[in-house]
Amino acid sequence: MPAHISIRKACKAFGSFEALKNVSLDIEKGEFLTFLGPSGSGKSTLLNAIAGFEPLSSGAILRNGEDISATPADKRNFGMVFQGYALFPHLTVAENIAFSLRVRKVARAEVEQRVSRMVDLVGLRGHEHKRPSALSGGQQQRVALARALVFEPELLLLDEPLSALDKNLREQLQDELVAIHRKTGTTFLFVTHDQMEAMAMSDRIAIFDHGRIVQLDRPSVLYDEPNSRFVAEFLGTMNTLPVSRQRAVAGEFHAHVGEFGVRAVFPDAEQLAGAPAVLAIRPEKLTLCRDRPKTDHNLLPMTIDGIIFQGGTTIVKGSAPEGTGLTVTTARDALGMPPARGEQLWVHWGHLDGRVLAG
Amino acid sequence: MMRAHPIPVRRFAATGSLVMLWAWPVILVLAYVLPFAGVTLWSVTRPEFGFENYVRIFTGADFQAIFLRTFWVCLLSTAITIPIAYLLAYYWVMGGARRSRLIEICIFIPFWISVLVRAFGWVVILRNNGLASDVTNALGFGELSTGRNVWSVITGMVHFMVPFAVLPMASVMRKIDRRVLLAALGLGCRPLGVFWRIYLPMSLPGVCSALAMTFIFSLGFFVTPMILGGGRVVMTAESVFVQMFQTANWGLGAALGVVLLVVVFAILWLSQRVMRIEQLMSR
Repeated sequence: MPAHISIRKACKAFGSFEALKNVSLDIEKGEFLTFLGPSGSGKSTLLNAIAGFEPLSSGAILRNGEDISATPADKRNFGMVFQGYALFPHLTVAENIAFSLRVRKVARAEVEQRVSRMVDLVGLRGHEHKRPSALSGGQQQRVALARALVFEPELLLLDEPLSALDKNLREQLQDELVAIHRKTGTTFLFVTHDQMEAMAMSDRIAIFDHGRIVQLDRPSVLYDEPNSRFVAEFLGTMNTLPVSRQRAVAGEFHAHVGEFGVRAVFPDAEQLAGAPAVLAIRPEKLTLCRDRPKTDHNLLPMTIDGIIFQGGTTIVKGSAPEGTGLTVTTARDALGMPPARGEQLWVHWGHLDGRVLAG
Repeated sequence: MMRAHPIPVRRFAATGSLVMLWAWPVILVLAYVLPFAGVTLWSVTRPEFGFENYVRIFTGADFQAIFLRTFWVCLLSTAITIPIAYLLAYYWVMGGARRSRLIEICIFIPFWISVLVRAFGWVVILRNNGLASDVTNALGFGELSTGRNVWSVITGMVHFMVPFAVLPMASVMRKIDRRVLLAALGLGCRPLGVFWRIYLPMSLPGVCSALAMTFIFSLGFFVTPMILGGGRVVMTAESVFVQMFQTANWGLGAALGVVLLVVVFAILWLSQRVMRIEQLMSR
């Protein structure tokens, strides 16, 4: 059975700038998929192409196996929530939501019924007859969502819909979006540059960089098994240690960080071939101790540069002998007495915790 | 709270801005309000004290005809100007780079050419046996009798006012977020529907101010009707001129001027009210 939406070898050029370079992707029915990447990475370009607002330079967009690349936006039946909401300022909340039904010539009684249901779904009861400018940012966002969902589109496109809201409201709306996704069963395609937002909401995340999807997987897989230094550093915090003298020993990766031996489980032996590599370790995988642990590898001395108190956890910043910056997240009382600036401690980690990536 | 000690420099600056602030009202009073007060005085004192001039204007068939003609000519030229200007403004704002550059030039060049030159330009084209007639003759439609009639006057007035009407409409159109239009498309509305349901209502405030401006402007037209109408299409402003400088009936001319000004203010007041309602509607 063909995927709900398929992108086949999508390319888009604006003059000499290639915004999309040969992107292929399958979107499953009912999933919450996020396009995550820095600005200019091509994620919004692809979203606009799927919506039908920007034609692709080459490649195809398929819906249930049928090519819709040439179908105009108004015939695609996809809902879209814009950055900045793009509500109709001269229409009331109810008229905004009813718009798609009116242009489809749905009977008046049914329009009223469906609008009313949407107003309840997004929690706007009592605001139906206000104009958008009389609403707060969060309320406008809810109108935009209701307007895009009322005609029961098979795909909802969301272009950085939460970026204009403050942190608390954003987190609240994240929960609401996930709940609405669950209730409606619509396929959600969400664009953001906020990695926390992406990880909190998505079934799968496609990470964009320079017009390509560099990795596409579930959030936990992306976090634990990034396939490149870009993904590792883009998603969450990552310590990257440049390694030298790397070699394979009985399926394990052996190398050195300065004078200290490191080992890791290495999935791809081809990358060993002398190319510069880094060992990537998440801050929460590093263990701090005052006394040198009894091990001869995966161990580094660390000079403390600063401590950031975060309530339950503490972030310790420091540097390894080569000057490489290190970040460690620990429980607040892990060391008994908190480390002091300038103090020298040891960090170590298990050989399953490090990941070797091309430098 | 401690207050900053005033230093002389600030006082000079304050004096400077005070002068700037008051200069314009003072000029307004000296150059407009005082002379107009004088004109109003004339209208009730010349040739003798009383409202004789006003009675004459409101009861005389000749003046009624002039006001009626002014009203119709202004209404027609406004009705022709607005759609033309709307289209130009639309393509100026929404069109591609080359098209919008071309329209920009077409809008701004007329501003640099005197009304007089433009009126005579139209005389050359529209006069009997003129350029326009040559063209219609060549096409086999026969002679075009547009010399010195109401249609030549309207042509000249429309030509003059289109650029003025484009500006307020374009400035409102520029503020329309393109994403709102995309949103309407994405919701299944066809492009023509997007125009009728979204773009036109959102640009309506610009249309309203262009309407008021064009109509008020056209009420005071003097050079264009005089030259293109050749005395056959006398409008209010020209009739003021005739009373003042040809029949030397200063009181009557003054009274005509006062009536014209009152009409203009009434229209301004009305359009302000309409605009306020419009604003309330879109809030």
